[in-house]
Amino acid sequence: MHLGLVMVLGVVAALVPVMAGAADIGRIKVVKGDVRVQRAAAAMPAAVGTRLQQGDVVVTGRDGAVGITLNDDSLLSAGPDSMLALDHFAFDSTTHAGRLETTLRRGTLAAVSGKIARQTPGAMQVRTPWTILGVRGTELAVRSLPAGP
Amino acid sequence: MRRPLLVLLALAAAATGCAPAARPVVAPAPSPARDDLVVLLPARDGTAGALTVTHEGRQLTLDQPHATASVTQQGRLDAGRTTAEEVRRTFGPALDALPSRPVTFLLYFMGNSDELTPESKGEIVKLFAEIAGRSDPEVVVVGHTDRQGTLEYNDALSRRRAERVRTDLIGRGIAADKIQVAGRGEREPLVPTEDEVVEPRNRRVEITVR
Repeated sequence: MHLGLVMVLGVVAALVPVMAGAADIGRIKVVKGDVRVQRAAAAMPAAVGTRLQQGDVVVTGRDGAVGITLNDDSLLSAGPDSMLALDHFAFDSTTHAGRLETTLRRGTLAAVSGKIARQTPGAMQVRTPWTILGVRGTELAVRSLPAGP
Repeated sequence: MRRPLLVLLALAAAATGCAPAARPVVAPAPSPARDDLVVLLPARDGTAGALTVTHEGRQLTLDQPHATASVTQQGRLDAGRTTAEEVRRTFGPALDALPSRPVTFLLYFMGNSDELTPESKGEIVKLFAEIAGRSDPEVVVVGHTDRQGTLEYNDALSRRRAERVRTDLIGRGIAADKIQVAGRGEREPLVPTEDEVVEPRNRRVEITVR
């Protein structure tokens, strides 16, 4: 996994050093309140139009909410106090084959599956720290919260 | 790893008065306790779709609208049912933040031409309105042909049709960097035909606005 990611990043870096947009997997379409994107060690405030990359973690504050459209037309949105990691995204726009893995580390998530899940049922996976969801279609909601003892 | 577990077991024993040996030892959770809930929502088109939910080797399939799976303690996966009102209470802010659904338009062309049919000249007005109504629109334009003519000719023709729509979009003030264009030639007919068959329904451009 790690090695694969490093290799993919290496290939991307080698082939398209000037095409900064090449790794875009989707965009932020809706921003309410405090929303940030963590990429590597940096955190930047999110805005409508922010381009997302594989590995980004989208974080909302107490009053925050965010809506994301991925390149396969999947929709993801998170409510307040949420942390959503875009772990893996691969999509072939000709064959519609691909894979989407995202983890709701905490908070609430609504999702509408797109072309990846339509082409390959189960190829869209939503995780929480405790569960794994295989998505065959199409609309779902997930909450994952640390609970009191 | 051993010691925190022993401490936990000792605490559990102290709290409940049970002998520690009666408790099965499981791997430590990422956090002490969670409240996980998964809901399959009814889709816009009325279908329910389906989900599998897996927790520690157990699996549930949700295939009815508002079916739920919940995990509140490690090792348990419970099926249930919720309501639209309950979903609203729990997920309201997330649901309200869902982006507008992608919409696909089909525009048709005259034979061997990048000229739109009269009907599609009306349809393109709806396309412009859809784009104008979105906050951060992206437009994907894919041209297609019927199977009359060579592959190479049709690749070029499909591309020309897509470019024609792109030019129209730019003429309406849509930024060029928001528009992606591709031509697929005769590879993806909407209506399958033998080679060299004239089929107006395949002479089209598919435009997705998201």
